[in-house]
Formats: sequence, C-alpha cells, structure tokens
Amino acid sequence: MTTVKSVLAATTFLLAAGSAAFAARTDVVIGVVLEPPHLDPTAGAAAAIDEVVYANVFEGLTRIGPAGEVMPGLAESWEVSDDGTVYTFTLREGVTFHDGTAFDAEDVQFSLDRARGEDSTNAQKPLFAAIDTVEAVDPQTVKVTLKHPQGAFLYNMGWGDAVIVAPESADTNKERPVGTGPFTFEDWAKGSSISLSRNPDYWGEPVALESAEFRIIPDAAAAVPALLSGDVHAFPNMPAGDALAQIEADPRFEVVVGATEGETVLSTNNAKEPFDNLKVRQAIAHALKRDDIIAGAGSGYGTPIGSHFSPANEAYVDLTGTYPHDPEKAKQLLAEAGYPDGFSATLKLPPPPYARDGGQVVAAQLRDIGIELEIIPVEWAQWLEQVFTNTDYDLSIVSHTEPNDIGIYARDDYYFNYDNPAFDAVIEELDRTADEARRKELYAEAQRILAEDAVNGFLFQLAKIGVWDAKLEGMWENAPIQATDLTGVRWTD
Amino acid sequence: MTAYLLNRLAVGAATLLVASLVVFAVLEVLPGDPARLMLGLNATEEAVAALRREMGLDQPLVARYLAWVGGMLTGDFGTSYTYSSPVTELIAERLVVSLPLAVIALALSTAIAIPVGIFAAARRGRAGDTLAMGAAQIGVAIPNFWFALLLIYVFAVGLRLVPAGGFPGWGEGWSGLWQGLGALVLPAVALALPQAAILARVTRSALLEVLGEDYIRTARAKGLPQRVVLRSHALRNAMIPVLTILGLQFAFLLAGTIIIENVFYLPGLGRLVFQAITQRDLIVVEGVVMLLVASVILVNLAVDLCYALVDPRLRTRRP
Repeated sequence: MTTVKSVLAATTFLLAAGSAAFAARTDVVIGVVLEPPHLDPTAGAAAAIDEVVYANVFEGLTRIGPAGEVMPGLAESWEVSDDGTVYTFTLREGVTFHDGTAFDAEDVQFSLDRARGEDSTNAQKPLFAAIDTVEAVDPQTVKVTLKHPQGAFLYNMGWGDAVIVAPESADTNKERPVGTGPFTFEDWAKGSSISLSRNPDYWGEPVALESAEFRIIPDAAAAVPALLSGDVHAFPNMPAGDALAQIEADPRFEVVVGATEGETVLSTNNAKEPFDNLKVRQAIAHALKRDDIIAGAGSGYGTPIGSHFSPANEAYVDLTGTYPHDPEKAKQLLAEAGYPDGFSATLKLPPPPYARDGGQVVAAQLRDIGIELEIIPVEWAQWLEQVFTNTDYDLSIVSHTEPNDIGIYARDDYYFNYDNPAFDAVIEELDRTADEARRKELYAEAQRILAEDAVNGFLFQLAKIGVWDAKLEGMWENAPIQATDLTGVRWTD
Repeated sequence: MTAYLLNRLAVGAATLLVASLVVFAVLEVLPGDPARLMLGLNATEEAVAALRREMGLDQPLVARYLAWVGGMLTGDFGTSYTYSSPVTELIAERLVVSLPLAVIALALSTAIAIPVGIFAAARRGRAGDTLAMGAAQIGVAIPNFWFALLLIYVFAVGLRLVPAGGFPGWGEGWSGLWQGLGALVLPAVALALPQAAILARVTRSALLEVLGEDYIRTARAKGLPQRVVLRSHALRNAMIPVLTILGLQFAFLLAGTIIIENVFYLPGLGRLVFQAITQRDLIVVEGVVMLLVASVILVNLAVDLCYALVDPRLRTRRP
C-alpha cells in the first residue's frame, strides 16, 4: 500500500511538474512610447520602426548583436578579397519569406540595388554609397564589389535600413511587412498595438515566444500603471521619470540601466559669430558641468562624454578632461576672444525631456560666465526645418542616436557647419581601412580632434532604462542599435 | 420648416468650404517638411526629394488644394503620408473608439447632471443645494487627467477590475462587446464627471430662472404640486440652454479628449490628429478637421431642431 501511495505521489508530482513546465508563458506584451509611422525599415528613419521589426520580422546579410558586434545574418559566411573591395557572401539555405516565396541571391541584389538606386527613399542611403556592383553569382552566392575598401561595410549591412526584402512584397512592407525573421507580422491596430507571432517555417532556431505584442503607450503617466497592473510586461525604454524608484523597490520588476548610441550634445553653429571663434567654444566647454546636466536632464542616468563617441565602443577614448569645468578659465577665454562682458544667444530646444530639462541647466551654467541664453522651445518639425536644414540657430541640444556616427562631422553642410580638412582626412582614411588596429587609432584621432576643437558641447551618452517583469529573460541591456530583439526572450516559469 | 432646414444646410455647406480653405492655408504655412521628418537626420537631400515626389508634395499649391477638395466630394480623403493608408480608413478606425466613448460619456454626464440640477434648484439655498453645488464646484476644479489616474490606480492597479488602458477592439459577440465596454468605462467616467459638473450648474441656473417666471406662479397658484410644476412646466422651458451646452460638449468629446486618450492610451481621434500634427501628416490633419467641422455643423443643426421640439413657438417662426 505504501508503494502504491508513493507511486501515486510521484505521479502527481510529475504531473504537477509537467503542467508547471507547460504553464510557462509564451506571450509577451512590450510597451513602446512612439508608434512607428509605418513598418518598412528601408523607407524611414524613425527608431520606432526598427524597435518593432528589426531582427524579429526582417533580417539583413549581417546583424548587430547585443554588444554591438557584427554577427552572421542571412549570410552564413563571407570572404573578403585581399584588397578589401570584393565581398563574397554565402547565403543560408532553406530560407523563405513569410509569404512563402524563396529567399535567394536575387533578393539580396534587389534589396541593395533598391536602397542605393536613384528613386531610393532610404533614410541611410550613405551606408550603400561605397557599393559599385552587386552580382548574384548563383542562388546561394552574392558578390558585392566596392568602389574602394570600406572598413565598416559588414557593420553597415547589419543596419535595419539594409535588411533584405523581396521584390514581391517590397511595396507593401509599410503596411504588411514580409521578411525572413523568426516572427511573422500578424496585425496592426493603428494607435493601439502591433502583434507578431512565431514563424513556424523559420530557418534558424525557433524562438521561445509564440506571440509578441507591441503596445503603444505614449504617456509616461500611463506607462507606470500599465506595468503595475500587469497589462504590459516590459518597457525596453521606460519613460518612468520620478516613478522609477517605486518600480526599483518592487521585487516583481527588474530595472536595467544600459547604454545607448545616443551622444547628447550642445550643438553649436560653428559658422556663426561668435561660435566660429575657437576660444568661445572652449569657454563654453569649460563652463559646462556634465554631472549637473545629467542630474537635471536624465534623472541622474547617463555617462559623461568628452567627444562624439559611445563609451560602450571598444575604440572609445575618455576625453572628458580636455576642458575641465572651470568658470574662471572660461571667463578669461571669453575676454581673450573679445567678449569680456559675455554676449547673448539663443538655445533652440526640441521636445524630449533631456533637451528641455537639460537646456535649463546648460543655460544656468553659461549664465555664470556671462553668456545669456534665450531658450526657444521648438517641436521636431520646426527643429528639423530651422536648426537642421536651414542651420538658423546658435545653440541646440539633441541626442544623435545613430550608431558610430562620428563621420557626420566630415559632411559638408551638416548643421554644425564644422569644417576641418584634417578631420575629413581622418574619416576618409577610416572609411577605407579594414585593419582593426589601424581603425581604432583613427577613431581615437577623430575623437581627439573634435574634443580639442570643442565643435559642440559634448554632454553625455543617453541611458537606456529598461524595465521588465523579473521572470522575463533575454531582453537586451544595452541598445547598440535601435531594436527590440526578441529572439532570445523567454519566460523562466 | 423645410425652408428653415434648407437654409441651415446651405449655411453649413458654405461653412465647410471656408473651413477647407482656412485649414489648408494654415497647414501650408506651418514650418516643417513631412518628407524630411520621416527620413531623419542622416538622409541625403536626394532621398528626401524622392520621397516628396512620391507623396506628391512637389505639385503646386492650388493643384493640391483642388485635388484634395475634389477627392473629398467623392468621399476620398487622400492617403496618409506617414501611414500610407487611406485617411478615411484611419478615421473610421478611430471613430470606432471615439464615437462610443463620446456617446457613453455624454449619456453618463446627462444622467448625473440633470437630476442633480433639478434637485439643487428645487432646494434652492438649502443644505441639499449647497452640497450638490459644492460637489459640482469640485467636479469642475479637478483636472480630468488626475481624476483618470486616480481611477486607474484604484480600479486597475488595486482592484484589477478593468485594464489600465488600451482598447482591445469590439471583438465578436457579447464577450467582445463586454471587453470593449470594459476598456471604455474608466475613460468615460473620467470624461463625464467634469462635464456633468458643468451641466448640473447650467441646469440649476436655467431652472431657477424659469421658476421666477409669472406662469410658474400661476401654476403654483392653481394648486399644482411642486413636482408637477418642476417637471411639466419649468423643466421643458429650461432645456434650451442645457441643449446648447450638450451640443458643445458632444463636439468636444469627439476629438478634444486627447489628454484622456493619452492617459488610457486609447486609439481615438484626438490622438490621431495630435500625432498627425507632430509628424506633419497634413492630409490626415486636414481630413480630421473637416470631419470635426462637419460634425459640429450637424450637431448644431440637431440642437436647433431640438429647440423646435421643446419650444413650439420656434416651429412656426421663419428664419
């Protein structure tokens, strides 16, 4: 009788264990602040697009991993010619698009040619500028010939803007995205949510989640109760504000502060008087106290930077000491530049809190050395027109969120109006160099030039504040690219 | 009556035409290029130009206006720049949320306000009146987003009776309807309360004014009980200002609920137009504004007809 009992007990236990394993959830609701305008990452710059579809619905030849590294994507492997101009990609076999059409070299050729073509509306067209020809050698092989060696080519191919699309569905991807990823697009209730479900025919390891919903919650005040009530399981970028302490204290949730690629800078119009004077820019650099700006703008989260480069990057050089906080020195420099009594200027601030709140702190710090700033709040559309396109501004604060974007300082007519042939030469060499050690040296050189020229006020690296259910694992801690890669996300019980 | 109606309809059509001109002109002078906004900081000039061509933004102003108005006459409101789907479809999707929400909120506010207003007027100057009007004063003073958050923390986070926000859609059958209603309960209450407070005050003062009239004294003098005097003699005549306020409130509830829609992250009309403005999706803004103008005109017409219903004198008067 005892044996029967223990057998029964064991069976019950096994059943219980079995049902517990089955009970692990396979659905997740992710909260996002901004609704994507559409869902085609090859036709828009909005980060909100990539935050839904990158790595989940669409894949590129390569992909960017959680630490910002280049990993194989739809290309299983590749070979680079000795002179660095010919890349031969070997594609994965057995890959199909979500609509059932097969993926092969023709699709790669189509996608790359479409992105760099004349009528292309790709927001990151410069990524493809080095490509000379794309050739589908056989269904499994693509040969890309570059005009010159390009060190970042494999990285570039991992951007959301470089994902592979099919000619059959390219025109309708905005509304109904069709990719090769582990999730298929299910439904988009505009203004409300976007649903994805597991792709049963995925070529790689299937994902643990059966379904994922991105719910659009634009208001910070609404995000906190949505999390507390269990309606939403994770906010990759939590607009928590002051409520963060409350969530941190709650054992049901995990709060993870990571890094983004967002260099937040005091953009300076280098062509306009008096900012064309190096001494004035140096004076501003000496007047800024980064810790106070971070406390005011990023509720204490954010990493100080001394140049336009992410501290998470291997090639980062700490240049925050180039012009240390020193108001006396700043005043002296202003006097030497011919402004012993300071001057007044405008500070145009776009809507994000880092700009509007940080701007107040910056204005106070510059007032201490005699620079009176008139704060002008603008909305994004105005900012793009006045500051970015027409460079009709003195100072502004904005976060440059594209990864590895130090090259923008070498562009003619970029809104900083910075022109330094020495810097341009470094970037040009960087673009043509594939050797990692040399690239690192060049990156360091580029960072140093910008820091010493005090092109902009370099403030801080924007933090990524992720909040999710403690039982959820596999969410990215950092944001090396703007994405919510759900491929490794699962519930632990 | 028919002449009156025709006249009102003609005035309505003229208003719509003027509104279309004003809306189009105002949005044209707004700074910001929708194409640049979509493609962001790293896009090249040629990519932006290509997108402008794709959107038809390179066409001359007058041609675009005529195409837009012509399209609207045939029921085609154009295609959204950002969503690249038809504007009519976008508006229809949002109306499914906004219209029921507005109707529920309005019904709720009327159901609360009219009895409270009558109650207060009947007890003018006594404790009941002071209490009711004090409560109404608080209802007017409380910011509705704050009240909404309070409701969320009590009923969604604390008691978990309803979701904290969002809209699951109307689904199928009774359970779907129930789900949809569940999502709209808290927002409707949050919207209805301040409206009810205003309406109750209007009802009370309109009633009091009527109660001072001679014919009420006559009615009382002939020995009618207070309840009958209030209900059949006073209330009917006090309805005109109440109807006016109701009409205004309905127009507001249809699209002016952007704050409540944000707090409950509901996909309503208010959020659509707000988002469209920040993204310079002008064609959507224009479409929604025209719809609102039309609905205000219609609501006003309906209110006018209701005046005639409650006041027989207005039925025979020529405009």
